[in-house]
Amino acid sequence: MDFQVVVLAGGSSKNLTPLVSKELPKPLLPVANRPVLSYVLHQLEQNNLKDLIVVVEGEDTALVVGAWISGTFIDRLHVEIAAVPEDIGTAGAIRAISHHLTAKDILVVSGDLVSDVPPGAVAATHRRHDAAVTAMLSSIPVSGPLDSGSSGGKDKAKKLGRYNIIGLDPGKQFLLHIATGAEIEKDARLPKHILRAVGQMEIRSDLMDAHMYAFKRSVLQEVLDLKDTFQSLKEDVLPYLVRSQLKSEALSNRTPQGEENGNEKVTSQNNQVFVSRILANSSTPSFHDHSSENPDGSAPTRKTHKCCAYIASSGSYCVRLNSIQAFMDINRDVTGEADHLLTGTSSDPNNNIGPSPKLGTKTTVGPHCMLGEGSEIGDKCQVKRSVIGRHCRIGSHVKVVNSVVMNHVTIGDGCIIQSSVVCSNVQLQERVVLKDCQVGAGFVVTAGSEYKAESLARKEK
Amino acid sequence: MDTRRVSSAVPRVRQVGFFTPNTPAHQPAPTRSQSGPPTSDSPPLSDSPASNSLSPVMIPPPRHLSDNLGGRAYALPVPGRGNAGEHATVGSYNPSESVLWLESPPRSRIGDEELSEGTESSLGWYRRSNSAKVASSLPSGGFDLSQVKQPESVAAVEAKNPLPEKSEAQKEQASNPKSLKAKTTKAERRALQESQRAAKAASKAEANKSNAPGGAASSKPMKQPPQKKDGPPVASSVAASERGVDRPVEKERKKDLPPPRMQFDDESRVDKAKRRSLLNQPEARNRVELFRHLPPHKNGSQLPYLESKFFELHEMHPSVYKVGLQYLTGDTSGGNARCIAMLQAFQEAIRDYSTPPEKTLNRDLTSKIGGFVSFLIECRPLSMSMGNAIRFLKSRIARLPLTLSESEAKAALCSDIDRFINEKIVLADKVILRHAATKIRDGDVLLTYGSSCVVEMILLYAHEIGKQFRVVVVDSRPMLEGQKQLRRLVAKGLSCTYTQLNAISYVMHEVTRVFLGASSIFSNGTVYSRVGTASVAMVAHAFHVPVLVCCEAYKFHERVQLDSICFNELGDPDAVSKVPGREDVNYLDNLTDKQKENLQLLNLKYDATPSDYISVIVTDYGMIPPTSVPVIVREYRKEYLLI
Repeated sequence: MDFQVVVLAGGSSKNLTPLVSKELPKPLLPVANRPVLSYVLHQLEQNNLKDLIVVVEGEDTALVVGAWISGTFIDRLHVEIAAVPEDIGTAGAIRAISHHLTAKDILVVSGDLVSDVPPGAVAATHRRHDAAVTAMLSSIPVSGPLDSGSSGGKDKAKKLGRYNIIGLDPGKQFLLHIATGAEIEKDARLPKHILRAVGQMEIRSDLMDAHMYAFKRSVLQEVLDLKDTFQSLKEDVLPYLVRSQLKSEALSNRTPQGEENGNEKVTSQNNQVFVSRILANSSTPSFHDHSSENPDGSAPTRKTHKCCAYIASSGSYCVRLNSIQAFMDINRDVTGEADHLLTGTSSDPNNNIGPSPKLGTKTTVGPHCMLGEGSEIGDKCQVKRSVIGRHCRIGSHVKVVNSVVMNHVTIGDGCIIQSSVVCSNVQLQERVVLKDCQVGAGFVVTAGSEYKAESLARKEK
Repeated sequence: MDTRRVSSAVPRVRQVGFFTPNTPAHQPAPTRSQSGPPTSDSPPLSDSPASNSLSPVMIPPPRHLSDNLGGRAYALPVPGRGNAGEHATVGSYNPSESVLWLESPPRSRIGDEELSEGTESSLGWYRRSNSAKVASSLPSGGFDLSQVKQPESVAAVEAKNPLPEKSEAQKEQASNPKSLKAKTTKAERRALQESQRAAKAASKAEANKSNAPGGAASSKPMKQPPQKKDGPPVASSVAASERGVDRPVEKERKKDLPPPRMQFDDESRVDKAKRRSLLNQPEARNRVELFRHLPPHKNGSQLPYLESKFFELHEMHPSVYKVGLQYLTGDTSGGNARCIAMLQAFQEAIRDYSTPPEKTLNRDLTSKIGGFVSFLIECRPLSMSMGNAIRFLKSRIARLPLTLSESEAKAALCSDIDRFINEKIVLADKVILRHAATKIRDGDVLLTYGSSCVVEMILLYAHEIGKQFRVVVVDSRPMLEGQKQLRRLVAKGLSCTYTQLNAISYVMHEVTRVFLGASSIFSNGTVYSRVGTASVAMVAHAFHVPVLVCCEAYKFHERVQLDSICFNELGDPDAVSKVPGREDVNYLDNLTDKQKENLQLLNLKYDATPSDYISVIVTDYGMIPPTSVPVIVREYRKEYLLI
């Protein structure tokens, strides 16, 4: 279909420390015992997109990720791994691999997206409108643990700054305004000329940018060339394109048509105009056409491009893994209500929900739990709404609620773990109480200690 | 649908042709008088003179005429009017053949694919209808005679007819006509017919996808044994000598005809088609009884599905896919625009095409185009104009010399498409402008309905050359297409009045000319156009205002259609019940499910305007009366397939 897919897998992430590290880059962070990147790749594979470019930050990370991909998706996907320097942002990453891009349209997907929205839908919307860019918007997921106590307040404070203001046309097809994150303080500036052209704008703050974009390649490359200060697709490129859609400087979606057919020697220019007028008159006009028309109704002079939005239907699942809270949420949802993301996705056949591991007597494992292969749980334990990785050893009288325990974790007797993340190779000695904590890889929590809302990690040597 | 009408018409026709005293009013007198000198020794019908001395030579001309005109009325039993007794058999089944032959295009379409089934079942049908006819001719008393003389007449038939089994069947049925009559009730025949038709439609859909190479091969007559057996030869037995020359052309024409449409009220067939279909067919909700056979409107349910499939449709070229999406969502509408968009998409697909190994371009490309077409059909039913364009393209592909290299062939096809667009649409429109502008005088008040791109161009052109006139744009819900047009007209400085269709009788007083566009014009002069056109034309007729229909000749179609029920398109049913932006009038919004069961919404897209209401058709061949449409179809179709 003349689409190229770029997966921005990223590398390290400040938001996710101490969960990610050099050994465990963000793309490989296990969500329900599968690396988060596998969700995206699997979904692309299901949609028959088998030629991918995966962009990873940092050479070392690229090696790790590449090894994993080639191990997991061997001869199922044709993946090119591109390593880009760190801290150049998403726009920088695209700029770095720009020479690889050849297709007419580019689909850019963030590697941390866990979603069941078909990428084809975005692509189809893009094609239908012949847009310069199409962004997928989804409703902001319900965040926070179901029975969250103190963490709620903290998250709310965080989320206030993460508002998205998105302006849509009445048909909900075009993006008229987008402002995300830090840009919004108290007041938002709306572009007047666009408002005038459209006449009506719907301002939504309940939508978020899911970071799945379809770009017209020519437009994307041109913008990246022109504006070499742009760092991020989401915060720079997309708002720029949306802002300039009625007075696009270099780009146009109108000329290609004329050029393509202009090559024909038989047809005179006159006929081309005629044909394009028939086509234009009978197609549903968008505000772009009106605004580009001269007052006397003659042919459009100003160039425009279209910025479309695809709004994921409310039933679909779409979350980005960009914070620890999101990580918890996704783990909860994937094992719970959105478990269709897991079914049939046996990239690693050992992942299964259910008590295949050894359980001690009187141990209960509640619903929506996942236990990895080879894990052992002692007597009289309780596991609720939690994911436990492979080869964990859990002692007796342990309570694990709303938590994620990764691989090779040893938990001593009498521990209570609530709403926490315990990374690989962590050792929890006896009677440790963790609440709302993140424990970095390889950390050893001494016996009897109690932590609340803390982030524990090994000191970097 | 056509076939259905025929089936019910045939028995009646026969009675008329022979002995029944009460003649339906629609009997065409002229043909009759042509067919032979009237004699009075057979049935005493005042207006159906039967010819005793019917010579075989006399038969062909009216038949040929009838075939070309497609006028069913003219195909009435000409030969049967001969010596009633002697020719009873001939007469009794020839008329049906001739009518059937009119219907044979659809049948021949399945020929390649569903050889066995198609042939068998259709033969079976022949037999039954024949028997019915024989039987029904019985009571009138002519039968004994015919039985006595049968050997002769059968021989006569056989001499011309390559189908001996038919006459045999007749014989054996003649031997016990009573039981057969009991067997073949009208309902029974109709049921049989229905199932056949559905079978055809289904197999056709298949054909378009997988087996369209048959189309490419259509120039080779040996490829079509079923056709030979079925339709043409029977008919040609009557007029073979004359038609011999252009037979291949006609055969091809039949192959390229748009397929008989799927009847969507036949559940089993719908199920089958669903399984094969690229898109999922929406469930038929409460649909109006009379229109259940039409393909249901798809927009709402199809789009998400199609979108999610975006990357899975390998074989679909992106440009074709895009056009399909635009049809589905209504982004592109209007006959010319849809046709141009489709052709341009095909052009791009052809440019990107490369013949797979061990296949020939002609066949593989035809099947590919067939696949594209069936995809587009699933997005939205094709218009007649698109059908004609596809037929043109396929015939071009089939006619490509095998010696051409691939790139040459592709270039040739692309330039053919360009030429089609330029000659049949762009130039045609320009010619129409000139013609139509001569009919606009200073001080005229012109009325137009909806939005037709030709009419709009005419108005603009007339304005440009300095004519002084006023325009009344009549519009109707739910499409409100007129507003788009109105906007452009007003922008150009024309003085316009805008009104809704329900005010038509008030504005018609001051109107001096009515300009209408058309989606298609049929052989009998019926204009198939946006729903509402017929009422405008009717009111104009009642007010003695001339009605000019502006339509490019490539939209003409040889089909004959008398009503707008059998072929039509359904729009989004919800569109009629909702008024966008008017919350206060949405009385139908909060119905309970139970109430909704009692509510059937109908949103038809087209209607058929009878030719009586049309003063003149402005086309690229000049201004013609509606009765001349078949001439254009006949005379120019050939050349246009051969361009």
